[in-house]
Amino acid sequence: MNQRKGFGIAFYILFLMLPIYWLLNMSFKTNQEILSSLTLWPKTFTLDNYAVIFTDPSWYSGYINSMIYVSINVVITLIVALPAAYAFSRYKFVGDKHLFFWLLSNRMAPPAVFLLPFFQLYSSIGLFDTHIAVALAHCLFNVPLAVWILEGFISGVPREYDEMAYIDGYSFPRFFIKIFIPMIRSGIGVSAFFAFMFSWVELLLARTLTSVDAQPIGAIMTRTVGASGIDWGVLAAAGVLTIIPGLLVVWFVRNHVATGFALGRV
Amino acid sequence: MKKIPNNKAWWLVLPVFLLVAFSALIPLMTVVNYSVQDIFGPNSAYFVGIDWFRDVLRNEALQESLGRQIVFSSAVLLIEIPLGIGVALMMPTAGKRASLCLILLAIPLLIPWNVVGTIWQIFGRGDIGLFGRAMNEIGFDYNYTADTVDAWLTVLLMDVWHWTPLVALLCYSGLRAIPQAFYQAAEIDRASRWAIFRYIQLPRLKSVLVIAVLLRFMDSFMIYTEPFVLTGGGPGSSTTFLSQTLTTMAVGQFDIGRAAAFSLIYFLIVLLVSWLFFTAITYPDRDK
Repeated sequence: MNQRKGFGIAFYILFLMLPIYWLLNMSFKTNQEILSSLTLWPKTFTLDNYAVIFTDPSWYSGYINSMIYVSINVVITLIVALPAAYAFSRYKFVGDKHLFFWLLSNRMAPPAVFLLPFFQLYSSIGLFDTHIAVALAHCLFNVPLAVWILEGFISGVPREYDEMAYIDGYSFPRFFIKIFIPMIRSGIGVSAFFAFMFSWVELLLARTLTSVDAQPIGAIMTRTVGASGIDWGVLAAAGVLTIIPGLLVVWFVRNHVATGFALGRV
Repeated sequence: MKKIPNNKAWWLVLPVFLLVAFSALIPLMTVVNYSVQDIFGPNSAYFVGIDWFRDVLRNEALQESLGRQIVFSSAVLLIEIPLGIGVALMMPTAGKRASLCLILLAIPLLIPWNVVGTIWQIFGRGDIGLFGRAMNEIGFDYNYTADTVDAWLTVLLMDVWHWTPLVALLCYSGLRAIPQAFYQAAEIDRASRWAIFRYIQLPRLKSVLVIAVLLRFMDSFMIYTEPFVLTGGGPGSSTTFLSQTLTTMAVGQFDIGRAAAFSLIYFLIVLLVSWLFFTAITYPDRDK
């Protein structure tokens, strides 16, 4: 039984890794080799594709831009979602259920619906082509999800803790920061991971709201489709580099996954 | 947990409300405004009532892309949810191998969507791509840019590759949260493997499955970048999904009134179906 399981998962991982392997393989090849024939590993191994990205500011600034707006987004998401999730979990108030579903409904708005109004809105308040604009726009789908996830975690913490802290003379903000946040830290890790992931990979809004100064890496990559055809090698190298920040994040949250993703509700 | 009635809790929710309202209500109002007007320029527009809506509902191209969208999303859910549960059940339960599996599983999720499209675009090519070449070598006449069935197969396969890990990660953590005592009790009762799955694991996975199903439905119904990069909607319009039709209308043809009406109908469909899923799956909890 266990052997069959191991075989199954190995097969699945192989399926997951094949396209990644192909991307990695291409990133070390010259364009000539990529287009001329199919080779399973680079015949002439080259790092030129990566050199292009690391030496050209118009390339590497894309990574910096993406990381800036993703970080801002994660921070905003957590700061506003934590108190809200606490309120939804602990209190009954006018319109709480409607508000909760309304929040979720924003996760369901097709980005295409919002492209034009977003562009106009952010242009009119002078935020067009700034990192903060993209970070705010991504809050539209990240904040509801974070509230949803955190609400599950907070409901998993018995209210006796809140009451004990109150009796011990803790003020609410102090209790929240000193006692409560450490208790739900795996929930915070998981919410941060989801916010990071969805903001890092989203492109439609990010591209609409930026032109030069805050352009995400994904948008810069589409530029390689130029008059001289597609520069596959550089494109592959850029693709490989987009995976790395995510890998670092996963590395840090991996131990929270087992306890964390279950959202405290199971 | 019993909740305490306290209307002051609104203050805690206010930041979220303001933030989301800013990003959602203002644009949504703009869309509603567009959807009832015919716009010629910045200062010339006139009220047309529900004409655009009537127009959109009769538009054949839209009906077709809606049909394709429904088929696509159903296929995505039918394949990815069971597969994700299966993968989660097969994963090692602890130790370094579990960590490694988790990290490898997360990789497809962390690739920007247009890069996912690009990867598969090359991977599926019959001359220089591993997958396309392999398919041709074993005797299939595979060409996703020319053949409708192949294009669909590739788009579906790409989505399964990309998103099944999300379902698997959620289910994996749900499984890890089941107390060992449940399994011990099952062992004493000599429960079969299937009985353990059906009566212990599946019910306990319900809360994460709600999230997995909803996220997968919403995101697959709004899919845009990946098929656009992969096939450009072709061959013909066989892989043109709703978002792409909408974007072509709004940005390509600058047909704003019609696009706005279309957007609202689109939004309502997603909202309605998600609400149905949400209440259907969480309904039995209501009585508790």
